[in-house]
Amino acid sequence: MDLIWLIPLLPGLGAAVNGLLGIRYFSKPVAAGIACAAMGGSLLLSLFAFAQLLGAEHREHIVTIANWIPPIPLETVSGVGQFEVPWAFRLDPLSGMMILIVTGIGFLIHLYSSSYMDHEPRGGYVRFFTYLNLFCFFMLMLVLGSSFLVMFVGWEGVGLCSYLLIGFWYHKKSAADAGKKAFIVNRIGDFGFVLGVFLVFFTFGTLDFREVAEAAAHMPVEAGGFGVISLICLLLFVGATGKSAQIPLYVWLPDAMEGPTPVSALIHAATMVTAGVYMVARNAVLFEHAPNVMFIVAVVGAVTALVAATIGLVQTDIKKVLAYSTVSQLGYMFLATGVGAFSAAAFHLMTHAFFKALLFLGSGSVIHAMNDEQDMQKMGNMRRYMPVTFITMFVGSIAIAGIPPFSGFFSKDEILAYTFQENKVLWGLAVITAGMTAFYMFRLIFMTFFGEYRGPSWEKADDSHGDHGHDDNHGHAWHGPHESPRLMTTPLWVLAVGAIVAGFVGIPAAIGDFIGVGNAIHHFLEPSFTAGLAGHGDEHAGLHLSHAVEWALMAFSVLVAACGIGLAYVNYVRRPERAAQWKTNWAGAHRVLTNKYYVDELYDATAVKGTMASGRGLWTFDKGVVDGAVNGAGWLTRAAAWVSHVLDKYIVDGLVNLVGWIFAEGSYVFRRGQTGLIQNYAVATLFGVFVFVTVYVVARYVG
Amino acid sequence: MLEITPAHYTILSAALFSIGVIGVLVRRNIIIVFMAIELMLNAVNINLVAYAQQLQNLIGQVFVVFVIAVAAAEAAVGLGILLAFYRNKETVNIDEMNVMRW
Repeated sequence: MDLIWLIPLLPGLGAAVNGLLGIRYFSKPVAAGIACAAMGGSLLLSLFAFAQLLGAEHREHIVTIANWIPPIPLETVSGVGQFEVPWAFRLDPLSGMMILIVTGIGFLIHLYSSSYMDHEPRGGYVRFFTYLNLFCFFMLMLVLGSSFLVMFVGWEGVGLCSYLLIGFWYHKKSAADAGKKAFIVNRIGDFGFVLGVFLVFFTFGTLDFREVAEAAAHMPVEAGGFGVISLICLLLFVGATGKSAQIPLYVWLPDAMEGPTPVSALIHAATMVTAGVYMVARNAVLFEHAPNVMFIVAVVGAVTALVAATIGLVQTDIKKVLAYSTVSQLGYMFLATGVGAFSAAAFHLMTHAFFKALLFLGSGSVIHAMNDEQDMQKMGNMRRYMPVTFITMFVGSIAIAGIPPFSGFFSKDEILAYTFQENKVLWGLAVITAGMTAFYMFRLIFMTFFGEYRGPSWEKADDSHGDHGHDDNHGHAWHGPHESPRLMTTPLWVLAVGAIVAGFVGIPAAIGDFIGVGNAIHHFLEPSFTAGLAGHGDEHAGLHLSHAVEWALMAFSVLVAACGIGLAYVNYVRRPERAAQWKTNWAGAHRVLTNKYYVDELYDATAVKGTMASGRGLWTFDKGVVDGAVNGAGWLTRAAAWVSHVLDKYIVDGLVNLVGWIFAEGSYVFRRGQTGLIQNYAVATLFGVFVFVTVYVVARYVG
Repeated sequence: MLEITPAHYTILSAALFSIGVIGVLVRRNIIIVFMAIELMLNAVNINLVAYAQQLQNLIGQVFVVFVIAVAAAEAAVGLGILLAFYRNKETVNIDEMNVMRW
């Protein structure tokens, strides 16, 4: 366990090697090999660490590798505190589970990508793996960080990698725009998160999760009012809404589908977007002390789940359906944290990671087979061409729909049970969402894999076999839909198995008592959500429903899911014309949904236009007032310089020139005598001599 | 026989000097001007020698030797300048020698 710092470091090294050397020198297999090896090593280390954690008595291990920020005196509520942050990693049940998810699914997706991205030119291919490794580095830092600040490093790092990978095909304007959108929307959330972290330090004088939790545990629960812990939690939750795509900041996630599909699977389904849930769960003790914020979290989660699910009903882009499904499932997780079921949230996070990664990779396989076509209206009957993808995606859909005994059933039902206990209205929303989830997922399955093939036709394989001229710069000639290579189907199989069995670690009490198995994950994760104080241990074990109610709830949700599936079957397989009929009968509603409730337009009109207008206003101010002041100062200087110039030229120079002129003119008379002719001078001399002699003679002899 | 008196010497000297002055003032050839200057110097020399004889005082004769030496030096320097001037201007006309004018 002392080597857990290597877990993030390995992918970091992989990214460094590939980024610094690979883009220049490495061939595709070498780069992919390095990236996969880094992730594989990280996965092995995670497994060892996790096994040790299971065996350990005290299930919390902190490894400090270096001092980062030396003690700095900083003002806090209780006098001057020492702001000190070490590079410390923390392994406890929650982060242990997360590193398994990140490294496990990350490794599978690396494998998958090595085949999926094969059409890329070599430089882009290596760049892709660099980013992917870098992402894993930051994500592992995020989950392993033992303080808010180390977590924040990972938090920002994954945001950066998300941006880089969404905009991976940066020559495509829509992809570049989507990357920018994701980055900017995340910044809004991060602003809240940072403020929350500031307030944490100001309140508690430390940023270490454990110390904060212990300090918070001694503070009163802010049931009636809205105190400082509530404010902290609200700010942290703003950060979570950005990263985890909740209302009102969910708009970036559907656009993020512009990135390559493995990216969508890894970052925008399995790992990064769950960081918000992870962060809330990590600060469970804080949130427990702010019931009002918990309620806000629950409401936001439930509403997000419902809204995203309704949008998902009508999307025709296969990845967009999955994107809205992800937003919706994340809403579920927040609903769970909001009603205090942190372990249920973490559990759903894990099962969701499996089946959503599976679904995304499956959709990637379909997109690959269809030669980069994403519109489900142009697919159909794909199960004939790609049986493995069909079977695995089918498993994933059953899992997300919540049919027992697949994993989604267990985690979703745990959330539903807790919600039922806390708030019947939210439970109603969640159940409706569950029905919609089943419907749109099977709509996706049916539109893609069943019915008539509606895609473009293709050249017969024999025609182009002997003719290599087709394989020129325009890429591979397309020979119709085909099953993906084994490197891509293997991860599908593994994830499908995961999607089936992952739920068994969290069997609910009603069934568990029946067959004699406890809810393993619940007990395992429990220590992560308490402050580690005696007497607080059982605080969260609070599902107080009778087994009968639990059974009824389970039966009901399965029924709802079955209805959703049945509805999809009737509308898209048995009588496909009915789907079109619905579209015309409910044209208004359909238009609103296909336009995603016009939220993007609303944000564009308010936030984007507002920002631009204020920017333009500031520009005008800058140009008019600031530049005006500067230009005015310049003009004044010039005017003063002109006055000074005139004075200088006409008065000072004038005086000097006048003196010169006087002498020049005054010397005119004398100048005339200077003829340069010696004889003239001689005459003058002679004349002078005569004068002197005459004067002498006259004075001597006459006078 | 007419006795040669100091008055004769003085008249001769004055005549020579006048010829020299006129030569200096009216001739345009600088060599002639030079020669006119020599005439004036020698007019002075005649005067000095005549009065040295008359007053039986050797200082006048010594002075003449000085004047001859200075005249020789002056002639050497003057002719040197003249040659340099001639190389530049290819003329010895004194009216051309006015470059120092304002």
